Amino acid sequence: MSAPLLDVQNLAVRFPTRTGTVEAVRGVSFTLGRERLGIVGESGSGKSQTGRAILGLTAPSAQVTADRLRFDGQDLLTISNAERRRLRGKRIAMVLQDPKYSLDPVMSIGRQIVETLRTHERVSRSEARKRALAMLEAVQIRDPERVFDLYPHEVSGGMGQRAMIAMMLIAGPELLIADEPTSALDVTVQLEILAILDSLVRDKGMGLIFVSHDLRLVSSFCDRVLVMYAGRVVEELAAKDLSQAQHPYTQGLLNCMPKIGASRHPLPVLERQAEWAR
Amino acid sequence: MMIEAASTPALSVRDLEVTYDQFRALKGVSLDIAPRESFGLVGESGSGKSTLLRAVAGLAPVSGGAITIDGKQLGRRRDKAFYRRVQMVFQDPYGSLHPRHTVDRLLREPLDIHGVGDGESRINRALDEVGLGSGFRFRYPHQLSGGQRQRVAIARALIVEPSILLLDEPTSALDASVQAEVLNLLEQIRRDRALTFVMVSHDLAVVTHMCDRLMVMQDGAEVEQLTSAELAERRITKDYTINLLRASEGFTRRQSA
Repeated sequence: MSAPLLDVQNLAVRFPTRTGTVEAVRGVSFTLGRERLGIVGESGSGKSQTGRAILGLTAPSAQVTADRLRFDGQDLLTISNAERRRLRGKRIAMVLQDPKYSLDPVMSIGRQIVETLRTHERVSRSEARKRALAMLEAVQIRDPERVFDLYPHEVSGGMGQRAMIAMMLIAGPELLIADEPTSALDVTVQLEILAILDSLVRDKGMGLIFVSHDLRLVSSFCDRVLVMYAGRVVEELAAKDLSQAQHPYTQGLLNCMPKIGASRHPLPVLERQAEWAR
Repeated sequence: MMIEAASTPALSVRDLEVTYDQFRALKGVSLDIAPRESFGLVGESGSGKSTLLRAVAGLAPVSGGAITIDGKQLGRRRDKAFYRRVQMVFQDPYGSLHPRHTVDRLLREPLDIHGVGDGESRINRALDEVGLGSGFRFRYPHQLSGGQRQRVAIARALIVEPSILLLDEPTSALDASVQAEVLNLLEQIRRDRALTFVMVSHDLAVVTHMCDRLMVMQDGAEVEQLTSAELAERRITKDYTINLLRASEGFTRRQSA
């Protein structure tokens, strides 16, 4: 097997505060090939901070340490900010939760996509426009010419998220980190977006890290799932083995969700154990 | 539990219209909810489910139709007695509590408005009922977690002893494990106080868990009304509902290559 695309060993993210240090991520390790990896956890579990640390988007006040944090052989801990910027958007990209906040409200969608492309590649204006339109078509926007000139407030949430994905994929990244990419969307739109992500990831042979709070959704979409609790990975499992989850936290999380057709009153609640957080 | 149609509905809505400027957000919706029943409104964004709830609460511009509570038709302006009968819990516990008021003051305000005496013990009782305890009385919202805030919002709604509770996505801003706790709390309260619930949610699983009957909405109109049992057994007639149900079951990879 070739060297992994991403190699994370003992990653930690700490935030010094007035009342002591908050350890958001405490020793997370995993490797990623060209596959779909899900990171699942509840708020405060460190799932988003893990994704952000890989991309170098952790707040400047925080300390990021790791025994190893390598992307395609490059050490992400020691590279300069300039090198980081060259990686970011070009080879590693990120899709955020809500297109309402993550798109620039005063720039048309087309210009934002073109800007991304021209930051990373030397292409002419007309060539950039052509590629942006092709990308909008690839995310199944029916009328790319029209959407190109629209502003983010003029499109729906699903359309905005397609534009966001188009912008992230236009430079042809090898690794895509999607942080709750569909949580702000309706269920039916959510599935359309996931289908688009799925086919693009497969066709382009990308690695994908899918960060989400939704254990069932993630396991229906990813190959492998990491379950995080209090900054640590408590369980790693193949998505298809979700029903055989061993850790009581994973089991509890699966159990406490209401299911259609199952009459359970009251719902089982999660009894948190101190030793899960160790 | 179904209540026979003979009794007066706790809440009845007839051909309700809501118009924002030129936009018809609600296009003639009708429904009847029996006393002590739990009724769900489901749909995607823009379906009008929240608008319907807000129209009942007097928070949306009604342009036609009628709303009746316990057989009494509501006028354009709601009186104080209405707001004591009908209380609402909002989606976002981070937005619905005044950030510079303590829990004590948040709970005291509805009591003052309705001229209810005996504040001290009512506040303590309300906090106990939602599982927080009086230790939380002098905290500010920013000192509480999302689940604790939603419990405060529920306590604030209950403190004036309403008979109808309007719930607008009460758990969709919460983690799954916290959602389970809040849903259990709501069921407990409904049993103890014999309340009527109207609950809006985008989550079919939550609505079928909590409600006896539900209405599926799309584009400001009813798609169909059905019982939770019918939904669970897939006795559905409308394609829209079938699609919604399928979508809620997670992602299925299209078979190719």
